[in-house]
Amino acid sequence: MNLDEALQTFIVESRELLQDLEQALLRMEDEAPTADTINAMFRAAHTIKGSAGLFGLDDIVSFTHGVESVLDRVRGGELLLDGELASLFLSCCDHMGALVDQVVSGSDGDAELAAAGNALTARLKAYLGGPEAQPQPQAKVPQQREQKLEASGGGEVETDSWHISLRFGRDVLRNGMDPLSFIRYLGTLGKVVSLSTLTEAIPAAAEMDPESCYLGFEIRFKSDADKAAIEGVFEFVREDSEIHILSPRAKISEYVELIRALPEEDLRLGEILVKCGSLTPAELEQALRLQSGAPPGAGEAGGRQIGDILVDEGVVHPPVVEAALAKQKQTKDSKASEGQFIRVDAEKLDHLINLVGEMVIAGAGANLAAQRAGAAELLEATSTLSRLVEEVRDSALQLRMVQIAATFNRFQRVVRDVSRELGKDIGLSISGGETELDKTVVEKIGDPLMHLVRNSMDHGIEPSDVRVSRGKPAKGTVSLNAYHDSGGIVIEVADDGGGLKREKILQKALEKGLVAPGQSLTDREIHQLILEPGFSTAEQVTNLSGRGVGMDVVKRNITALRGTIDLDSEEGVGMTIRIRLPLTLAIIDGFLVGVCDSSFVVPLDMVVECVELTEAERRAARDNSYINLRGEVLPFLRLRELFELPGQPGRRENIVVVRYGGQKAGLVVDRLMGEFQTVIKPLGALFSNIRGIGGSTILGSGEVALILDVPGLLQQVVSREAHSKAPAGGGLVHAKG
Amino acid sequence: MGALVRAGKDTQPSVEEAEQRQYLTFMLGGETFAIDILGVKEIIEYGKLTTVPLMPGFIRGVINLRGAVVPVVDLSARFGRGSSNVTRRTCIVIIEIESDGAAQDVGIVVDAVNEVLEIPSGEIEPAPAFGAKIRTDFISGMGKVAGQFVIILDVNHVLSIEEMAVLAQVEQGEAPGSPAGTQ
Repeated sequence: MNLDEALQTFIVESRELLQDLEQALLRMEDEAPTADTINAMFRAAHTIKGSAGLFGLDDIVSFTHGVESVLDRVRGGELLLDGELASLFLSCCDHMGALVDQVVSGSDGDAELAAAGNALTARLKAYLGGPEAQPQPQAKVPQQREQKLEASGGGEVETDSWHISLRFGRDVLRNGMDPLSFIRYLGTLGKVVSLSTLTEAIPAAAEMDPESCYLGFEIRFKSDADKAAIEGVFEFVREDSEIHILSPRAKISEYVELIRALPEEDLRLGEILVKCGSLTPAELEQALRLQSGAPPGAGEAGGRQIGDILVDEGVVHPPVVEAALAKQKQTKDSKASEGQFIRVDAEKLDHLINLVGEMVIAGAGANLAAQRAGAAELLEATSTLSRLVEEVRDSALQLRMVQIAATFNRFQRVVRDVSRELGKDIGLSISGGETELDKTVVEKIGDPLMHLVRNSMDHGIEPSDVRVSRGKPAKGTVSLNAYHDSGGIVIEVADDGGGLKREKILQKALEKGLVAPGQSLTDREIHQLILEPGFSTAEQVTNLSGRGVGMDVVKRNITALRGTIDLDSEEGVGMTIRIRLPLTLAIIDGFLVGVCDSSFVVPLDMVVECVELTEAERRAARDNSYINLRGEVLPFLRLRELFELPGQPGRRENIVVVRYGGQKAGLVVDRLMGEFQTVIKPLGALFSNIRGIGGSTILGSGEVALILDVPGLLQQVVSREAHSKAPAGGGLVHAKG
Repeated sequence: MGALVRAGKDTQPSVEEAEQRQYLTFMLGGETFAIDILGVKEIIEYGKLTTVPLMPGFIRGVINLRGAVVPVVDLSARFGRGSSNVTRRTCIVIIEIESDGAAQDVGIVVDAVNEVLEIPSGEIEPAPAFGAKIRTDFISGMGKVAGQFVIILDVNHVLSIEEMAVLAQVEQGEAPGSPAGTQ
């Protein structure tokens, strides 16, 4: 086994588990924890401890052990999980995360970290060291005890104890479970009267895998606990282990079934049962006799569900069965959905997508060649091929799509911590978490979102007293929302705080020389000002000390993802920051257009329709750049002029109507060349400052075509026009036309 | 089992310290230039170039180099000598340069490629303070070849991505987002 690889798996898994743990803890602040959540938390801590043990990461093992012990008491109902304890657990989560990080960086014991760990351990000990909490009185004493059992199949076994047969699965140790700890935990529910260890399954030393568990146990167990409780003890190993629990008054026939079901030799098993004291020799004899003949009870019931039989025979209560069945179904369901996932190295996926991209380009080349050759058969073949390639492309891209929920949920913790730090009461509401987007985008959006959320909390939301005086609820809300919109994804960070103060921003901008005096700006333009470098809302607009990086960095990060950022603010009511991002960074559906010799690709999602620019309209539109599109004013721009391309427009020109974020505009081009699968190739750092061009792609002919950045183009034109109309600004008027 | 691995002495390269380095020489506007061969990836025929609009003259455009989009710089224009004419012998030399710690391919347009030369380090003079008619930081040295001086270019300066990107931005005019210049 490659230990390095395994360690990587451990790190990834631990982080995920810690995240689960954190989520569970945060959920508890809103609602009472269910037994399931507590179990899940315990399991998470336990698994981390177990796996860390495998790698000899003693720091993690010893620390997590403390956490686990306290969680264990919570699980046992001995401790109440209150807010204080939850906070402690959260800090513990952080510490475990830090320890895992330490493993990643490969650094040795950091004294500070160790001290923090010791402090936390001490706090945990306080919970452990308390007076031996009295076990909660067993709520459910099995009621069937009062019922008179009908004698069938050889009468009851004369024993007042439960009998438990355990055959642990081979992977139990590998999964971080210690068989002994289960038995020890069982001991807390009652008294282990006797225990036999079965070592039959252990192979010869040469074949033995030291990481496998070969042990089995036969336990006689005296307790008032009901069957569900005892089953609960083995909850974590139930999946892959064989566990049989017989009630104190089980019938001999059940023992027979048990003997038959277990892998060991019948006779040997019988001896063990006798040794355990679960059966007397006489009963064993009877059982073995029964087994050879047809057992009257079990035979007729063979086809029925085991649960029914048990109920019929008065062994268990129907609700118990139902609960057990429901539970089983639940675990099975979750198991099933787990089984649908495969962990794949992200690099492999990227490689696949790159290959698909190359295939798309090669396919386009083949298509072009077929068209030139004019061979009908070849054309048909290539068109089938390109359809298939398109499907392969879509599913390959789909592989990289992840829901944004995981990113959003991380903010629960951020909001909780920051709101405490700021002394404000702020809640986070999340919606649209199921919206999917490319993993590469998700990875890069985390930091900008973090800044925005922090900004909203720090500078947006007012202190409670101010809020109340403004007639707002004392508790502020930051909300995160995501949805799909015209081929992209929109992520909104909104708060119900004070909003941007228009006058203050304007004043600051004047001081900084960002705005010329007397320049008239729209609200939107003013809001955009806070995204300028050197214009930190942190200190200037509100007098709170800011942390983190300015909004300009956020804007730069978003722009690097081919996205845009938009602000919507109403003073006193709140602010919404809208981030628009492309769904994917790899391949899009494009619409190919031509202007003189150049080809350009417009993202197909933005194209609404194409119309011809008629001669009459051309004449009419000589001075103005708009046409009447079915009664609507449609402003347009000529790509030839905008890009200063040579040549005169031909006799026919077309308008591609594009829509972007509520705006509609026309792009005047010479030729429409149809849909085109566009593999996005970055233009590189040299063109990082270019506006209006979002990237490039390779056509079937091998030539490079540029991808238009429609939002950038429109923005550019709008601001040019605004400048040329502004009294002070030197307008940019195109020479050609 | 443990196979013995012998640390043989013969694995040590017996090549002496590379005193002589190889340079690719090429013509540009009638003058001979040289660049370190280590940076040169390949030389291709000029053609199939896509112009990127609103770029300064020295950025000719982009080409498709086996699936990668590579920018092509007109070296002559970069030296401020006007755009070079495309002839039958015009080539694009693909050069790998460092930018922000990452390797990036850039193509340069040259009038003709001459040969690969070995120039001993003793034969390389430092750049003159002036008189070469190109910026001195573009010159890494003056190589003596057959009694003539050949300008050895410092490609990382000539093709500095940061500098060229800034120049490209200037060409595009001020940032449209900000009403006036930003600091």
